[in-house]
Amino acid sequence: MKIVGEIFLIIGSLFLFLSALGLLRMPDVYNRMQAGTKGTTFGAFFSILGVMAMRPEWFLKGLSIIIFILLTNPLSSHALLRATHRLGVPLAKKAIDAYAEDKEKGIVEK
Amino acid sequence: MRLLLSTLVLFLLWMMFVASLDPQEIVTGLFVAFFTSLITGSVIAGKEPLKWLSPKRWFYFFLFALYFIKELTLANLDVAYRVIHPRLPINPGIVRVKTKLKTPIAKLVLANSITMTPGTITVDVHGDTLYIHWIDVKGKDVETATKNIVEGFEKYLEVIFE
Repeated sequence: MKIVGEIFLIIGSLFLFLSALGLLRMPDVYNRMQAGTKGTTFGAFFSILGVMAMRPEWFLKGLSIIIFILLTNPLSSHALLRATHRLGVPLAKKAIDAYAEDKEKGIVEK
Repeated sequence: MRLLLSTLVLFLLWMMFVASLDPQEIVTGLFVAFFTSLITGSVIAGKEPLKWLSPKRWFYFFLFALYFIKELTLANLDVAYRVIHPRLPINPGIVRVKTKLKTPIAKLVLANSITMTPGTITVDVHGDTLYIHWIDVKGKDVETATKNIVEGFEKYLEVIFE
């Protein structure tokens, strides 16, 4: 079980590293958020799975932590992105920005 | 009914935290769960507590969980690929999608699920319209975006929450 746990920890830290790299490489806040949200979720999951494999008595605690991360992580990234857009930060390169269009038309309050 | 249900949910949560069958822990847990339920029971159980007992909803919740784990894995591999790729293959934009879901809790779970899946983050929810930041825009019109982003989740969530 110790080896399985260590493999999970390595996978977890790899995903955390990739998401940090994403934060540096992506061009604007919105795309950085993509790397930040997804990479960290998976990284955290695998780190916790690793701990759970090494210490089976912490299984249920690890499970509840995973559930709370699943519930809260998307909420915080959504709130940050919404606030960013409302402050008027533009998209670096964009195919379309429907949210800004609807704000101009007054469908969504500014 | 509502009180009983939320006491049960909170008690199970308590047992997950303490992870022991010591009688002291169980008695404390029951007390705490009961008194918390007196205050917040209607929030936890919702307006129609009988929904919790339907096996069909639970079965679809299980299917949804499997589908969600698959999408979550794909999301991570996809974003990891884009980050490592030397040319950074992204084509970002914010698109509009429509949802058929009515209840607030269903919309919340939908928005959260979208945030966790490949290249999409919910920026705002306004009535039945969701604004999604999409890292690789495949279609700018509402129909294409809805088909790509929302429909996979919607068919499960409709059964679970509506």
